[in-house]
Amino acid sequence: VTTTDRSVRLAGRAHARPARPPLDGPSSAARTRRKWYEIIGLTGPAVIVFTVFVLAPMAFAVYYSLYKWSGYGWPTDFRGLDNYIGPYGAFRDPVFLDGLRNNAIILVGSLLVQGPLALGIALLLNRKFRGRSVFRLLTFVPYVIAPVTVGIMWQLILLRNGTLDSLMGSVGLGGLVTGWLANTNVVIWTMLFILTWQYTGFALILFLAGLANIPGELMEAASIDGASWWQTQRHVTIPMLGSTIRIWIFLSMIGSLQVFDVIWVASSQAVRSLGASNSMATYMVDHGFTEREWGYGNAVAVILFAISFVAAVIFQRFVLSRDIDRPIAARRRVKN
Amino acid sequence: MRITRRSGAALALVATTVLVASGCSSGSNNSGTSTSDLYKNPVTLTWWTNANTAGPVQTYWQKVADDFHKLHPTVTVKWTGTETNDLQRNKIPAALLSGNPPAVFQSWGGGEIADQVKAGYLKDITAETKDVVANMGPSAKIWQVDGKQYGLPYDFGVEGIFYNKDLFTKAGITAPPTTMDELNADITKLKGQNVAPVAVGAGDKWPAAHWWYNFAVHECSSNAITNAATKQDFNDPCFLKAGDDLKSFVATKPFQADFLATNGQQGANSSAGLLANGKAAMELMGAWDPGTMQTLTPDQKEPSFLGWFPFPSVPGASGNQSTLMGGGDGFACAKNAPAECVEFLKYLDSPEVEQGFAATGGGIPVTKGAEAGLTDPLLQTIAKATASAGSVELWLDTQFGSTAGTAMNDAIVAIFAGSGNSQGVVDALKKATSR
Repeated sequence: VTTTDRSVRLAGRAHARPARPPLDGPSSAARTRRKWYEIIGLTGPAVIVFTVFVLAPMAFAVYYSLYKWSGYGWPTDFRGLDNYIGPYGAFRDPVFLDGLRNNAIILVGSLLVQGPLALGIALLLNRKFRGRSVFRLLTFVPYVIAPVTVGIMWQLILLRNGTLDSLMGSVGLGGLVTGWLANTNVVIWTMLFILTWQYTGFALILFLAGLANIPGELMEAASIDGASWWQTQRHVTIPMLGSTIRIWIFLSMIGSLQVFDVIWVASSQAVRSLGASNSMATYMVDHGFTEREWGYGNAVAVILFAISFVAAVIFQRFVLSRDIDRPIAARRRVKN
Repeated sequence: MRITRRSGAALALVATTVLVASGCSSGSNNSGTSTSDLYKNPVTLTWWTNANTAGPVQTYWQKVADDFHKLHPTVTVKWTGTETNDLQRNKIPAALLSGNPPAVFQSWGGGEIADQVKAGYLKDITAETKDVVANMGPSAKIWQVDGKQYGLPYDFGVEGIFYNKDLFTKAGITAPPTTMDELNADITKLKGQNVAPVAVGAGDKWPAAHWWYNFAVHECSSNAITNAATKQDFNDPCFLKAGDDLKSFVATKPFQADFLATNGQQGANSSAGLLANGKAAMELMGAWDPGTMQTLTPDQKEPSFLGWFPFPSVPGASGNQSTLMGGGDGFACAKNAPAECVEFLKYLDSPEVEQGFAATGGGIPVTKGAEAGLTDPLLQTIAKATASAGSVELWLDTQFGSTAGTAMNDAIVAIFAGSGNSQGVVDALKKATSR
């Protein structure tokens, strides 16, 4: 063993490790100082950017939300919590509550429809068959298209006497045609459909990546034990996909709470103002910017943030913790 | 002298600072310039306008900017056009807040300009523009706050119903309607023609709301409307009657299918597009509509079949039936803009510039005599109607201020959707002032 091969030597002689650092090296104080320089140097820029562009605006939003403010000049008309719970505050505005309900429909609908759909397609695409890569590409394309383009595209397809209406007419479903974007009872389901069309591809790509990480030996072992394809999927593949599915639920949930672009583009201002298709985010922009109720818009932003934040924290604590804690616990066990 | 690297850098820094500082001062710190200093120092005026109307107006504004520079070589005018909504809702408020606004910018009178004046953003131009204001109609009042002038209009016109003459003839209608009863009869005839009798861009809310406004100005005395605008007094029963009129009109199903999803101005499927392409027979809209339609037809031209008539009188209504609804566009100067800014505003309202504007077909000029520049027969008709109207009420959402205006528009849209009623509009107006 050469003297330069320190690790090997130390590994073999654990108790001979020097108690103090060698005298010619930096002192412990200097090393601590250096460590701090490194921490500040490396995290400093990120902390500054985060403070200036995330934390400070959030604090300002809370501050502004306490005022009636047209956006001109500094806010002076203090209203306390009126924008939240006052007689005309968000929680007493039926249109805002409609928005909240619409967000809930999209959240639950996305989970119930996109998840199983994407999982099914993912399991299918995980088998080997001709044209598999083409099929994979096609199912992922909607996710790559910009949401604004998606909104305009569906707006044109769903127009009265548009593509969909004539298609339905030619297969004898003409009687079911309605104002897909104008019937206030239908619009939110149209929105859910468009969102599902767009975002199933995202769930799919996550699930495919998860599937690729499942060792083939497990499938092999299952088939040696006589498990059918279905049994293998049910008892091996899907449980092994658990952490991927949980991450997807998390992303889908946050995305549903903050959904904005497709609704903004595909549904009209009138339909949104009637509470038929608005989400919390479109309501915020409709009031904050378009109607110049800046204080009120900020209040809605704060509510939207609070709901998303609480949802995220709860989900992290009770669901995602399984995926985060387990590797940590595993490491601890190895240490002991 | 030998300049070391370090002192060289310092010199460069000082030089840059001086340059930057002088650049700034020419833009914003000249507010104290007395009129004797006018045109002495080089200044740059940034000028923001909306860019909703068709190409000719945009080309024309650039020409006006160049012409002003030729007249006064010390002044450079930098013109930028932006889509109206983006300009009004985002760009201008943000620029005003940032403390670095453009010198001259598009200004919507009424409640909006009052907010801007209250925040101290606008230059008081009362003294300088007295003569110009005297030479235009009463429209200049819309850019006044507490009797002081803060902006000047460049176009002002009444709204009315644009219609397709060919479709009217086909349906056997010989003359445009003058009363609501005649309009309803014509709508029945047009339904037989397999077109939408009336197109409305209810998706954008305001085009739908304008139907209520017109019923309101026919039902209400001008006193009732002034009280509503200035004292937030919406108790006059005429406002309920306007809602009833609208509700029974909507019940006759005069509009295109899915009007809640139809926007006003964008694309061939907008209400303007439906009229321009022969799929609807009428549309209630302001004088900018022919300009909008130019951009929506396959040949990019104003349809030749287009006609115009004022909003019909409402039988039994107690308001002045010759009152029409109207509005206009104007410009204002930022508080710290150089004195040349006001000169530029005045130049924009000079008869030559206004005549040139009229010739673009972008709107009805406000300066007396400039209407001679109108070449579009439709706009000539509207200009005449504007001049001969008993009185002209400004768009009610502008008069009532943006917050009450929006709440009102939402409640009117609910009548269109079938879920609202007359009382809903009045209630919305009453409680809107609290956010």
